[in-house]
Amino acid sequence: MSLLSVQDLAIRFSTGDGTVHAVNNVSFDIAPGEKVALVGESGSGKSQIALSIMGLLAKNAQVSGRILHEGRDLLTLSQDALNKVRAKKIAMIFQDPMSALNPYMRVGRQLTEIVELHEGLGRADARKRAIEAMEAVQIPDAKNRIDAYPHEFSGGMRQRIVIAMALICKPGLILADEPTTALDVTVQAQIMRLLDEIQSELNTAVLLITHDLGVVAGFCDRSMVLYGGRMMETAPTKDLFAAPSHPYTRGLLRAVPNINDAAGELRAIPGSPPNQLRPLTHCPFAARCVDAVEQCRSTLPELTGEATKRACLRPVEALS
Amino acid sequence: MSEPILTVEDLKVTFDTRQGRKWPWSPMKKVHAVNGVSLSLERGRTLGVVGESGCGKSTLIRAIAGLVTPTGGTVTLEGRAVDYGSRADVLALRHKVQMIFQDPVASLNPRMTVREIVSEPTRRFRGDLDPEAQDKLVHDLLDRVGIAQRNFNRYPHEFSGGQCQRIGIARALAVNPKILLCDEPVSALDVSIQAQVVNLLRELQAEMGLSLIFVAHDLGVVRHISDDILVMYMGGMMEKGESDALVRTPRHPYTQALLSSVPVPDPNVIVEPQVLEGDLPSPLNLPEGCLFQSRCPKRQDACKATKPALLAAGGREVACHFAE
Ligand SMILES: Nc1ncnc2c1ncn2[C@@H]1O[C@H](COP(=O)(O)OP(=O)(O)OP(=O)(O)O)[C@@H](O)[C@H]1O
Ligand SMILES: [Mg+2]
Repeated sequence: MSLLSVQDLAIRFSTGDGTVHAVNNVSFDIAPGEKVALVGESGSGKSQIALSIMGLLAKNAQVSGRILHEGRDLLTLSQDALNKVRAKKIAMIFQDPMSALNPYMRVGRQLTEIVELHEGLGRADARKRAIEAMEAVQIPDAKNRIDAYPHEFSGGMRQRIVIAMALICKPGLILADEPTTALDVTVQAQIMRLLDEIQSELNTAVLLITHDLGVVAGFCDRSMVLYGGRMMETAPTKDLFAAPSHPYTRGLLRAVPNINDAAGELRAIPGSPPNQLRPLTHCPFAARCVDAVEQCRSTLPELTGEATKRACLRPVEALS
Repeated sequence: MSEPILTVEDLKVTFDTRQGRKWPWSPMKKVHAVNGVSLSLERGRTLGVVGESGCGKSTLIRAIAGLVTPTGGTVTLEGRAVDYGSRADVLALRHKVQMIFQDPVASLNPRMTVREIVSEPTRRFRGDLDPEAQDKLVHDLLDRVGIAQRNFNRYPHEFSGGQCQRIGIARALAVNPKILLCDEPVSALDVSIQAQVVNLLRELQAEMGLSLIFVAHDLGVVRHISDDILVMYMGGMMEKGESDALVRTPRHPYTQALLSSVPVPDPNVIVEPQVLEGDLPSPLNLPEGCLFQSRCPKRQDACKATKPALLAAGGREVACHFAE
């Protein structure tokens, strides 16, 4: 049984330049406790997918499709019902921890507020829970630092507090949108390890949004690759790296510099990202794909397959 | 080894800041952004500079380029010490040393067409060419970096980040420089585009015999492009050496921690990051002794008492009392 089932999700934005087709009929499932990566380049629609699950899309957005969570379609819920799901059942962590923190409020209060509101705890119990949550994210001396303000913490510590806020109601699903992109590698390593520990302890499902394939390789069971607002491939992470099926995934993996393997030239993907002002009528990667044939420029392939699914007429394994 | 084209000795950059003062009339505090860095760049080679945010790597190359004034140390270009107070010297420096910036779109003048952007330095610095030859140069440069002729009269905002970075490279090359200082040139770009720009830089380097200093926080990219790597922490030098050797056998505890934390795009490799305890020191109040002491797993009393000198052995320079 899946915890979250996104079906045929499409997100468009009306702008002065025309309609931006940001997400084009994307479907995927997340099982309880599963760690799934959503990777793709800037503008491919990763954040908008997460925001649509949280009901936080910008005003100029039009959404269609279904987002089923525990059997209910989040896209049809009232604001009130959605607020209950948010924080309690699904929490989100953003790239910039300060965007989730109120700079004028002590961090302890920001934590207790959530449990008082969502779980009806009294002040004292809420404070105890907040200290526990801060300890769980390994903030030293949590008992005393609970009364500090966000600016009194380093960037890495702030992201820990945001993770504590996301976890305090023990949600079943965490959407983490580039949670370590703003951090240095040594701090990133600490935060990813922390997420991993907490995830396995609480058995929370995680949707990790990132463009860093190194982070994906170290953390996720399954990976989903987005391009031009379209799902290109989804596969168990090991398989995706060992034998990418979609030419775009293959290109992406070849372009990543690996610290352990500096030999040879990075293999770039020629061309530039697609123009999203046009509705998708064919594979968005066709213009940059070395294996594309005429048909790729006229049809929009569906995602097909078993463990590995790809949306491609000429998948890598079929040509080799 | 040939004669280095650029040498930097004990370079220091200090900024005055209002931050951390008790009263408005208290004296300005000093931030030591670059704290005694020495390096030499050989012709046709690439030196990578790595370190975490705020470690002074960008300030280092901005100081070399004369965009911020060094407060101490010397920079020697082709055997001559640069006097950053002299207009003539700075002008000569601009002719030989060009910079490429992190934010490709913001680094281009939004009101100029691409052709104008590349023409400007050509006209200013290539007086040796007649106007026709100048036009041809602009044309050739844009063509070389992969900007199509039909786009020459467009404005920066009409291009993607990767294309803007190509235009920035063409502009830098217009003066026929000997050294390119690259400040996080691909950090804002997607991987597939990042690889295009890295490959372009390497090709141009080979064609034109350029020497590069390449600053980035992404160790994978730096390793890929650099012959040598310099590791900085809190404005100071921790370790320097030939790229492959440094990555294979880091000797400074900070380099070791940094390298152990780099995520590897291979699910079969288990990354065991060496977790650093402790906090970074405040740049307003750097410790006596070793800059890395507050987070170092090998810290001992000596590290508090005396600052380790940068010692050279076997092609490696390491600043640590207890280097491996
Ligand atoms: N309010 C809006 N109005 C118009 N277009 C928008 C709006 N919000 C997002 N978009 C567009 O939707 C597309 C997808 O954006 P999204 O933020 O999901 O990208 P992303 O994959 O998260 O990229 P990044 O890696 O840069 O965070 C982009 O083309 C973006 O410009
Ligand atoms: Mg995003």
